[in-house]
Amino acid sequence: MESVCAIKMENITKRFGSIVANKGINLELREGEILSLLGENGSGKTTLMNMLSGIYFPDEGQIYVHGKPVTIASPKDAFDNGIGMIHQHFKLVDVFTATENIVLGLEDEGKLDLKAASRKVKEICDKYGFDIDPDQKIYDMSVSQKQTVEIVKVLYRGADILILDEPTAVLTPQETDKLFAIMRAMKADGKSLIIITHKLHEVLDVSDRVAILRKGEYIGDVATKDANQQSLTDMMVGRSVSLNIDRPTPVNVKPRLVIENVTAYDELGVKRLDDVSFTINAGEVLGIAGVAGSGQKELLESIAGLYPVASGKITYFGPENDKPRELVGLDPMSIRKNGICMSFVPEDRLGMGLVGTMGMTGNMMLRSWRKGKGLFVNRKEPEELANRIWKDLEVVTPSTNFPVRRMSGGNVQKVLVGREIAQAPSVLMTAYAVRGLDINTSYTIYNLLTEQKMKGVAVVYVGEDLDVLLELCDRLVILCGGQVSGVVDARAITKEEVGLLMTQHRKEDAAE
Amino acid sequence: MSTVTTTREPLIRISKRGGVLPAWKSWGIRLIGLALSLVVCGLLIVALIGINPLKVYGTIIDGALGTSKRTWVTIRDSMTMLCIAVGLAPAFKMRFWNIGAEGQILVGGIATAACMIYLKSLPTFLLLIIMIAVSLLAGAVWGFLPGFFKAKWNTNETLFTLMMNYIALQLTSFFVAKWETPYGSNKVGMINATGHEGWLPNLFSDGFNKDFGWNVVIVLAVTLFMYLYMNKSKHGYEIAVIGDSENTARYAGIRVNKAYVRTIVLSGAICGLAGFIAVSGASHTISTSTAGGRGFTAIIVAWLAQFNSVVMIIFSFLLIILEKGAQAIASQYGLSQEVSEMITGIILFFILGSEFFVNYTLRFRGKKVTK
Repeated sequence: MESVCAIKMENITKRFGSIVANKGINLELREGEILSLLGENGSGKTTLMNMLSGIYFPDEGQIYVHGKPVTIASPKDAFDNGIGMIHQHFKLVDVFTATENIVLGLEDEGKLDLKAASRKVKEICDKYGFDIDPDQKIYDMSVSQKQTVEIVKVLYRGADILILDEPTAVLTPQETDKLFAIMRAMKADGKSLIIITHKLHEVLDVSDRVAILRKGEYIGDVATKDANQQSLTDMMVGRSVSLNIDRPTPVNVKPRLVIENVTAYDELGVKRLDDVSFTINAGEVLGIAGVAGSGQKELLESIAGLYPVASGKITYFGPENDKPRELVGLDPMSIRKNGICMSFVPEDRLGMGLVGTMGMTGNMMLRSWRKGKGLFVNRKEPEELANRIWKDLEVVTPSTNFPVRRMSGGNVQKVLVGREIAQAPSVLMTAYAVRGLDINTSYTIYNLLTEQKMKGVAVVYVGEDLDVLLELCDRLVILCGGQVSGVVDARAITKEEVGLLMTQHRKEDAAE
Repeated sequence: MSTVTTTREPLIRISKRGGVLPAWKSWGIRLIGLALSLVVCGLLIVALIGINPLKVYGTIIDGALGTSKRTWVTIRDSMTMLCIAVGLAPAFKMRFWNIGAEGQILVGGIATAACMIYLKSLPTFLLLIIMIAVSLLAGAVWGFLPGFFKAKWNTNETLFTLMMNYIALQLTSFFVAKWETPYGSNKVGMINATGHEGWLPNLFSDGFNKDFGWNVVIVLAVTLFMYLYMNKSKHGYEIAVIGDSENTARYAGIRVNKAYVRTIVLSGAICGLAGFIAVSGASHTISTSTAGGRGFTAIIVAWLAQFNSVVMIIFSFLLIILEKGAQAIASQYGLSQEVSEMITGIILFFILGSEFFVNYTLRFRGKKVTK
C-alpha cells in the first residue's frame, strides 16, 4: 500500500501584490518524519507554512492532510486538522502559568478545570521528557522553557503535525540539542514535523529529509543522509558558493575602546549590564556571543551613547594617538562633535537604525543631515550614496525613494549595513548584521567587516550563529545575564566551550 | 478531524497592494470615493427630505461661491483654516498631539485686539508689524508651556494643550468684559470701526467693504514657508525622523527634547498668527467664539493632507465650502444644521475610506488574479 502523506501541498501559489511569494509549490510531509524546510530569507518558507497554519490563504492550489483535501482558512481550521505551528515569536501571557497559557482559548464544555488540565500537561511532559513545571509563571521561565510551553500547547490541542519556525534562533547549543532530542521523541511517537531553519548543520543533524525553496520556487528534496553542507548550500543559492570566511591575522592591534566596570539599569530598574569590563581593539573583529537578551543590545547602545550608564567608564583612544576621551555621559551628537566616527548597526533596524517611512536617500541622510552650513539639508550626496549602495549591494527596490519599511528584511539590512560602513568609521559595531540576509550577501558582509578590520577599524560583531562567530572573529566576549562570563581567543575555543560560557555566570565561576 | 472536505475560498479577502500606485491611480481612487459619497448623500437626501439631491448640491455650491461676496468669505475662512492646519502639521507630524490650537488662536487674537485698542495711534504699517509679532509670540508661549513640560517631565501633551484651551477661553472672557462696548453688552463689538486702525487693508479694489487679499497673501506665504521648512530644512528632517521613531532620532544624534520644544513653539506661533488673521483680517473683534472649533477642524485638514502644506490648501477649501454650503441648505430648506453636518460627515468618511483602497485591494472568490 502506498503510504499516505501527513501533508501534501499541491501546486500552491501565493502572491502579495505583484510579488510571487510561492510559485506552484508541491510539498510532501510523510507520516512520522522530520522534514527540514531550507531556503534563504525571502525564499517563501514562512509564507508556505503560514498557509498550513491558517494565517494566509493560498491563491491557487490544494492542501491535503492525511490524504484528505482540506480548506484551511483560519488558525482554527489548522487546529481542527491537527496542525500546530510554533512561531518564532512566542505568543504567551507572561503573568499566567504554563497550564493557564496552554488552555487559553480552548472552548471546552463545562467548567474550566485547571487541576485536570495541569495533570494532562504533566502527562504530556512526562511522555516526551519536557522539562517544565505546569504551575510556573511564564515570566519566571527561560527562553527555552517558554518554547517548550509553546510546543506543549499545540500537543495539548491534539496536533499530530508540528511546524517549528526557526526554533533554534534563540537557543544555546546545549538547549538546541535538547530540543532535537524532544523532536526525535515526538517522531518516535508517530508525529510528523517540519522544521524551518537556515543553519545547515542543524538540518543535517535532526531531519530525515530536506526540502529546498529558492525565490518562491520548490527546488527539490533530498534524503538527509545523501546531503552535506556544500550540496545543500548550492541547491539553496542555485550556484556553487564558497563557505569559507577569510580571517587574516590582525596587524597593528591597539586598544580603541576600553570598557571598565560598566553597569546599567533599564527603565524598570532591572540590572541589564553588571560590572562589564573588556577592551575593543582596533584592527580586530571582536565577537560578542550570548543567548538573546543577555545584555548585547544594552552594551552596544551604552557605547553609542544611547543607553544610560549608571556607573563605570568607557574610554576612547583615537587612531591619531590623541588623548583618550571618556564617552560615558555623552549623547550621540556629542560623540560626533568630539570627532569620533562610530558606526552602529542596531538590532532593531526599523525601530532605531532606519526611518521606515523614508526611502533610501532619506535614510542615508540620518548620518549626514547635520553636515553643511545653513538651514537646508543636502540631498545630493545622500542620493549618490543611496544609488551606490543600491547598485553595489544589489538592493531590491523600485527607487531610492521607496519607503524602506516596505522592502524585504534582507534589503532593509543591506541599506543599513551599507550606510554604516560608508561612514569610514573608527569603530564599527554591528548587532546581528547578517540576520535576514541570504548566504551570499552574508558572506559579502563578512568580507566587508574583515576589510574594515584590516583598515584598522575596531569591529564589534554581535552574532547568534556560533559557527560564524568562531570563524570570523579574532576574540570573543561572552555575555551571560548582563555579565561577562568569558573573554576568549576565537581561534582556540570550541563551540561547546562557548555554549557553556553562555549559560554560566561569572559569580559561579568565582565560587569554584 | 475536519468536516470540511473541499476547498472553499473565502468570499472576499483583503490583500495589500504591492509597490506604490501611480499617482493617477491613487487620485482616481480618491475621486471615485468623492463621487460615491455624493451618490450616498443624494440617496439619503431623497430618503429623508424628498428633495432632488442635485438641487441640494447646487445650493451648496451657490451658498459657498454664489456671489463674489460669498466667494470672498469662503476664501477668507479657507485661508484662516489653512493657516491653522499648516501650523498644526509640524506638531502632528512629530506625533505631538497638539489639540491646543483653539487656545493658541485665542491668545493670538487677544494680543492682536490689545494692539488694535492700545496702539491705534501708531502708523498703520508699524502697527500691523507689531500685531503680527505679538500674535506670533502669544501663540508661541501657549505652545512652549506644554512642549517644555513634555520635554522636561514627559507630561501628556494632549491633556496639557487641552487644558491650555480652557485657560485661553477664560482669558478671552476676561478681556471681553474689560473691553466691552457698549458698556454692559458683554461684547467687544467692531474694534476701531471708524478709523479701521489695525485692520488688514484692501489689496485689490474694494469689492464690497473688504477683499481679504492680504489674508491670502500672508497665509500662502506662511504655507510656502512651511512647505520648504518641512521638506527641505534640517529641522523638517528632524521632525520627520522623530515622528517615525524617537529611537531612530536619538540614534541619528537628534536632540529630541530640544526639537519637541522648538517645533511646538513654531506650531503655536503660527496658530497665534491665525488668531491675528481672524481678528485683524476678518472679524475685527474678539470673542470666546473667535476660534470657534476651527482649531479642531484644522486637525482633520492636516491629517487628510498627510501634512503636505500644499495639499492642505485643497482640503481647507473643501471643508469650508461644505460648511458654507451646509449653512445654505439649512436655511433654504428649513433643515436643522445637523442634516447638513451629516452630509459633511458622509463625504469625509468616504474620503478617509478611499485611503484604505489606495493601500489595499479586495479579492473576490473565484476571480483569477492577474499579474
